[in-house]
Amino acid sequence: MTTAEKYVTAAYCVVFAVVLVYVVLIALKLQRLERDVDELERKEPAEDDERETVSVG
Amino acid sequence: MEPVTRSHRVSLPVLAVASLVLVTLALALVFFVVPNDANQGFSQRIFYFHVSIAFTAYACFAGGAWKALLHLWKRDPRADLESYVAIHQGVIFGVLVLITGSIWAKISWGHWWLWSEDQLVLFLVLFLFYAAYFMLRFSVDPGPQRANFSAVYALFGVVLIPVSFLAIRIAKSFIHPVVFTLHGPNFGGWILVTYCVAQAALLVLAYTLYRIELAGKLIDVRLRELRFA
Repeated sequence: MTTAEKYVTAAYCVVFAVVLVYVVLIALKLQRLERDVDELERKEPAEDDERETVSVG
Repeated sequence: MEPVTRSHRVSLPVLAVASLVLVTLALALVFFVVPNDANQGFSQRIFYFHVSIAFTAYACFAGGAWKALLHLWKRDPRADLESYVAIHQGVIFGVLVLITGSIWAKISWGHWWLWSEDQLVLFLVLFLFYAAYFMLRFSVDPGPQRANFSAVYALFGVVLIPVSFLAIRIAKSFIHPVVFTLHGPNFGGWILVTYCVAQAALLVLAYTLYRIELAGKLIDVRLRELRFA
């Protein structure tokens, strides 16, 4: 492999690596958002149950 | 409050597949079809992605400025978010321009960076200007004031794009190659075809990443609204 070939390969690998890291970070963020949605969904029925047990009057 | 959700014409899976196909095709053309350059040899193959990434970064910054203008004009909260995501994409592609450019400079000129080259320095100024956008944005509490400050800053930055692009064309002495002149591109045949495919691939890739990040941001905003409702 010549020096030019090594540098060109490195340049394309850097592009690939940066895009890959970006996609992984976005995927991690979407996972966190999914957890937050699940948490909100769990909380909602619990709050509804609480409301039902309170005696009125 | 105006809803920030809105549907797009092209779905994300279609965009993702299009990006994959175009990037693969561009790489195949770069490494297996296009001939070696007569002057620079094999190292010229960086050009196809380096220049395409640079134009994609300019497009992202211009898109961010356009959305900023829309925000200031119509006070649309989604436009502020879209402006932010477009500039974020522009900065990521800007990093890639600087890295691939430095590698190409090392092979061609023997230096990683030349401060005497106006186009390199002006692109760095443009990149640092937009990197500072995030410092401004996150130093102000979320709300209309932050959105307005960010929009005005994004609009100021767009002035640097033509300056950066034209710098090489008005410079008296330079070693950075000029591939686009007033009479059109300085190349043809497979080089032009490969460049066009690479440019399309990177624009579609950037738009796909923009849509993915924007979708995440919109869910984030919706979740915050639900929490505080």
